Amino acid sequence: MIADILFFMFASILLAGSLGVVLSKNPMYSVLFLVLSFFNAAGLFLLIGAEFLGLLLMMVYVGAIAVMFLFVLMTVDMTQQDDDGKRSPLFVTLVLVTGGVLLFEIIISILAGVASNTRLSEFVATQSDVQNIVQLGQVLFTNYVYPFIAVSMILLVGMVGAIVLTHRKREGALKQDISEQIGRTREESIEIVTPSLGKGIS
Amino acid sequence: MMEIFEPYFALVNQENLWELLIMVLQVVGVISPLLVCVAYLTWAERKVIASMQLRKGPTHVGWAGLGQPIADAVKLLFKENAIPANASKVVYMIAPMMVMIPAVIAWAVIPFDEGLVVADVNLGVMYLLATSALGVYGVLMAGWSSNSKYPFLGAVRTGAQMVSYEVSMGLTVLSVILMAGSMNLTEIVKAQETVWFMIPAFPMFIVFIISILAETNRAPFDLPEAEAELVAGYFTEYSSSSFALFFLGEYANMILMSAITVVLFMGGWLPPMDIAPFNWIPGFIWFFIKVAFILFIFLWSRATFPRFRYDQLMRLGWKVFLPFTLFWLVLTAGAMHVFDLV
Repeated sequence: MIADILFFMFASILLAGSLGVVLSKNPMYSVLFLVLSFFNAAGLFLLIGAEFLGLLLMMVYVGAIAVMFLFVLMTVDMTQQDDDGKRSPLFVTLVLVTGGVLLFEIIISILAGVASNTRLSEFVATQSDVQNIVQLGQVLFTNYVYPFIAVSMILLVGMVGAIVLTHRKREGALKQDISEQIGRTREESIEIVTPSLGKGIS
Repeated sequence: MMEIFEPYFALVNQENLWELLIMVLQVVGVISPLLVCVAYLTWAERKVIASMQLRKGPTHVGWAGLGQPIADAVKLLFKENAIPANASKVVYMIAPMMVMIPAVIAWAVIPFDEGLVVADVNLGVMYLLATSALGVYGVLMAGWSSNSKYPFLGAVRTGAQMVSYEVSMGLTVLSVILMAGSMNLTEIVKAQETVWFMIPAFPMFIVFIISILAETNRAPFDLPEAEAELVAGYFTEYSSSSFALFFLGEYANMILMSAITVVLFMGGWLPPMDIAPFNWIPGFIWFFIKVAFILFIFLWSRATFPRFRYDQLMRLGWKVFLPFTLFWLVLTAGAMHVFDLV
């Protein structure tokens, strides 16, 4: 019962948040609505007993990815974007095609789900005593070990690629070498002289 | 239309009300001592730093200045809550709540004593990491919605800093999870009955202490509010009760991070040795003493160290802590395997 109320709460806020992402004029609000949607999706995961996935969604998407979006938006100059409502025809077709395909897929999957009589409760995590995370680990490191390694390799390549693409050697940039600074001795950094009176140091 | 909601009205019967009442009492029972601790942490901070700098600190309000936190709170709440003209008002008002709420809800999984925990969940550590990931939003929202230069720069700095140090914190926590073999905080404390994790994993303990200093934006990593450069950082424009929420959020976060350190590395409610004079003292008092010790480290480092430069901060996080914690994680896993401790 309580779960039903929570489900409708999370689901309706999730839908409202997603609408907010699309409809907000200001991209900053879009990202904040996106965070709200992620948060409620995490709530839905928790509700079907997939607590590890729910918390992971919060850590990765809310804690890292959406923060990156926010950073990019905060550093981009948004005053130049005057929206005169004109779009190039290519853009419009692209949006319509992508949206149409997604909508089609959703309708197909809903129809297939209805036809096969599969209920949501069958997807619910098994109510055994084995913890969620232990179950996941057992599956990941036995049945799916090669895809798992392949995915980690792809992520690594993505990271290395991003660094290689953006990293530039800048000429003349000043850098601090902490070990060099600490390694300096008194002898090599200062010279103590006792100038004789009236002559100064020459 | 109404019959759809019929079952939900039936929910409100006596048994449910009783459960609800207990839940509310638990929440009040955790939050009200927490707020008192936050208030007196500000007093303790002023006293500790004063004595380190050969001053006296607050002395006028009440005995030894003990009334000072209350006087400060009353003064803050009676001020005008000013909102900048060009601010994005809704985001501006939500931001302080987004700082305070994660700092408070995280307490749900902290075990104060054996069985003395609001929610004894299996993924307690994940829950803590997920809630601490939310804290950065309050800061970014505050800085952006103020529509002013100093808060904006402060927010960008804070955001980068918190995200960077969360990485090394997460890896440190992972090595603790490896040693304990569980993500349940109660289990982690129980796994430390033979030896506290701060002894076999002492380098990780140090890394974690430094990371929580950076994570809570405390000295020597208080760059977001470096007053010489950025006035007060992301909350420059805030006043009155919304400023008070930022302030409370910062101190509540300090206490929370200290509690996490105690649970992960210093054996939670366990006494240092399970022998006569130590185990007479109840567990939650040990917990309190240990949290107070970590909080003292917070204040001590504020009185002792000069502020880091921003590039030094980023270097420490990404080039020193990240490789080192990764190395230590592999080392821990290897040692657990070799010595058959799994």
